[in-house]
Amino acid sequence: MLWNTLLLALREIRRNLTRSFLTVLGILIGVAAVITMVTLGNGATAAVSAQISSLGSNLLMVRPGQRLGASRDTAGAAPFKLADVVAIESQVGQLSSVAPVVSRTVTVVHLANNWSTSVVGSSNAYFSAGSWKFAAGRMFTEAEQQTGKAVCVLGETTRSKLFGSENPVGSAIRIKRFSCQVIGLLVAKGQSSMGRDQDDVIVMPLRTVQRRLSGNQDVGMLLVSVRDGASTSQAKQQIEALMRERRRIAANEEDDFNVLDTREIAEMLSSTTRVLTLLLGAVAAVSLLVGGVGIMNIMLVSVTERTREIGIRLAVGALEREVLLQFLIEAVVLSSIGGLLGVLVATVGSIMLAQLMQVPYVFSLSINLLAFLFSAAIGVVFGYFPARRAARLDPIEALRHE
Amino acid sequence: MNGGADAGQSAPPLIELVGVTKTYGQGAVALQALRGVHLVVHEGEFVAIMGPSGSGKSTAMNILGCLDVPTTGSYRFRGVAVETLSRNQRALLRRNYLGFVFQGYNLLGRTSALENVELPLLYRGESPAARHAAAHEALAAVGLTGWEHHSPAELSGGQQQRAAIARAIVTHPAVLLADEPTGNLDTQRGREIMDLIVALNRDRGITVLMVTHEPDMAAYAHRIVHFVDGRVESDIRQPEPA
Ligand SMILES: Nc1ncnc2c1ncn2[C@@H]1O[C@H](COP(=O)(O)OP(=O)(O)O)[C@@H](O)[C@H]1O
Ligand SMILES: [Mg+2]
Repeated sequence: MLWNTLLLALREIRRNLTRSFLTVLGILIGVAAVITMVTLGNGATAAVSAQISSLGSNLLMVRPGQRLGASRDTAGAAPFKLADVVAIESQVGQLSSVAPVVSRTVTVVHLANNWSTSVVGSSNAYFSAGSWKFAAGRMFTEAEQQTGKAVCVLGETTRSKLFGSENPVGSAIRIKRFSCQVIGLLVAKGQSSMGRDQDDVIVMPLRTVQRRLSGNQDVGMLLVSVRDGASTSQAKQQIEALMRERRRIAANEEDDFNVLDTREIAEMLSSTTRVLTLLLGAVAAVSLLVGGVGIMNIMLVSVTERTREIGIRLAVGALEREVLLQFLIEAVVLSSIGGLLGVLVATVGSIMLAQLMQVPYVFSLSINLLAFLFSAAIGVVFGYFPARRAARLDPIEALRHE
Repeated sequence: MNGGADAGQSAPPLIELVGVTKTYGQGAVALQALRGVHLVVHEGEFVAIMGPSGSGKSTAMNILGCLDVPTTGSYRFRGVAVETLSRNQRALLRRNYLGFVFQGYNLLGRTSALENVELPLLYRGESPAARHAAAHEALAAVGLTGWEHHSPAELSGGQQQRAAIARAIVTHPAVLLADEPTGNLDTQRGREIMDLIVALNRDRGITVLMVTHEPDMAAYAHRIVHFVDGRVESDIRQPEPA
C-alpha cells in the first residue's frame, strides 16, 4: 500500500517535471543556505578557537594607558621600565614568566631584498609567553641580553621575504646602520584572530632595541604568563595593585595602565562568531520556511488543478486516507529531494566558500542531518493541508470540475 | 440467472431503490432531481434508462454507483442500506463491486491506457504482475490490444470509451453502470461499444445499467426504464432479442 502510494507520488512528480523542479528548488535553496551559513560560521569559530591555543595559555598583557580601543590614551601615561618587570617577577606569585616588549617598525635589508617589519625587543620569556617554537637556531644567551648584542630571531614571513628559500641562521641582515646576526628561526603561527600576520616579526634582546632603535630605557608592554592551573584573574588583580603602588596612583584615581587577559579577548571573539553563526543560520532557516510555503502553494494549486483526477481516483474506489497519503507523500518526496540536493550543494558551496574566506571547512553531521530532516518535516507540515483538502473532495463535485 | 431467481425469494435483490428522493440545494433554490424512485434490478439483468434531459437519470446513476446518497428513501445493495454507510465503506463498495463508465470518459491525462486501467487494481493492493496481467486482459477484451502505451490524447473517442470500459470491468465488478456511454460517439462506434457491453452482460453475467437517449441503443437491453421529472414513468421488459 505504502509502496504503491510512493509509486503513484513519483509518477505524479514525473508527470509535472517543471512544477516539481521549481518546488524542489525552493527547498534546495533553503537547506543549502542553512547548511552553508552554519558550516562557514563553525569554520570561523574553529579558526578563533585555534587562535586561542596559539596565543599561549594564561597570558596577560600589561600596557600603559587606560583601556583597549581607539580612544586608548597613552600620551599622559608613563611608560614601563625594566624595573617593573623585575618587580612583578619578584612580588607576584604563580607566574611562569614576564617578558618586556618594545617594538618598532623598521626596514630590514638582506642583499637585494628589503622588507618593512616589526622588530620586537624582549627576553627569552617572550618565546615561552607566545608559545613560539624554534624551527632552527637558538634563543638569546645571558651575555647577549646583558650587553645588547646585535643578534636576532626571525619569524617565518620575514625570513621568506629576505631569504627566499634559504636558511637564514648564521647570515647577517642590516637594520638601519647596524648589522645583525640571525641566530634563530621561529616556526610559523599564521594569522591572528584579528587578521594580523604573526610571523611577520624579528625578535632581538630588549637592550639591543633600546640602544640602537628606540634610544631610551622605556618598555612598551609587559607579557605576563601565568602558571598552568593558577588563576589569571588573581594574578591580574595582584599586578594591578602592584602597578598602582609603583606608579603612585591615589585611591580615588583611575588606573593609567591596563591589564588584558588575552584569553578573555579570544573568548569574546569566539562567542561573537558563535552568535553571528546563529544569526546567519536563523536567517537561512527563514528562507527554508519560505520554501515550505512554496510547497504548500504548489500542492494547493495542484489539488485544484487535479480536482478531476482526484474525483476519478475516488470514483474507482480510492479511500480518503489513500488520497491523503498520496498527496502527503508527494510533498514529502519533493521536499526530501530538495533537502538532499540542498545538502550536496551546501557541501560543494561551503568547501569553496571556506577556501575563499580562508576559514577551515568543518563538516558537521548534525546540521546536515537536521536541515535534511527539517526539509522532510516541512513537506509533511505544508503538504498536509492541501492533501486533506484533496482527500475530502466530493467525488461527484470533483468529476464535474473543469 | 434463472437459478438465482428461484433462490431470490429469500435472498435480497442485487439493487433496490425504495422511495429515493434527491434534493440539490436548500430553501428557495432547492431543486428536487428525484421525487420518489422505486426500482428493483436482479443479478444478470441489462437495464436501459431513458428519459428527457434533466429528468434525473444521472442523479439516479450516481446514487446507484454509490458516488452519492439519497436525500430520503433507501438504496439497498444486496440488502445493505448504502445511505447508512460511511464515505470509506461506500468507496470500498465501488472498489469491489461496481464499475462506472462516464459519458466524458474521465481517463487520467498524460497517463497510458494501461496505467489508467490498472488504477482500480492499484487501490486494491494487487501486485504489479497481477495488475499488468489483468489490465492487458481487460484491454484485450475491449479490443485495445496494441494501444496499451498510448495516452488518452493519442486515442480516438471510441478508443477512450473502450479504455474507460476496460477500467470499469478490470476488477470483475458485479454491476456495470454506464451513463450515456455512446453519447459522444458516431453510430458505428456506438454500435461497437453496445456489442461490447452486450457481450459483457451475456458472457460474464455482469449486471448492466445504462443511461441512453437513443432508442437504437436501448433496444439492446432486456428492460427499458423511463424517467420523467424525477420519477420512473414506465418500466418495460423487452422480448429477448434473437
Ligand atoms: N450537483 C448538482 N447541483 C444542483 N443541481 C443539480 C446537480 N446535479 C444535477 N442537478 C439538477 O438535477 C436535475 C437532474 O439532473 P440529471 O440527473 O443530471 O439529469 P439527466 O441526467 O437526466 O439529464 C437537473 O435539473 C440538474 O440541473
Ligand atoms: Mg445526465
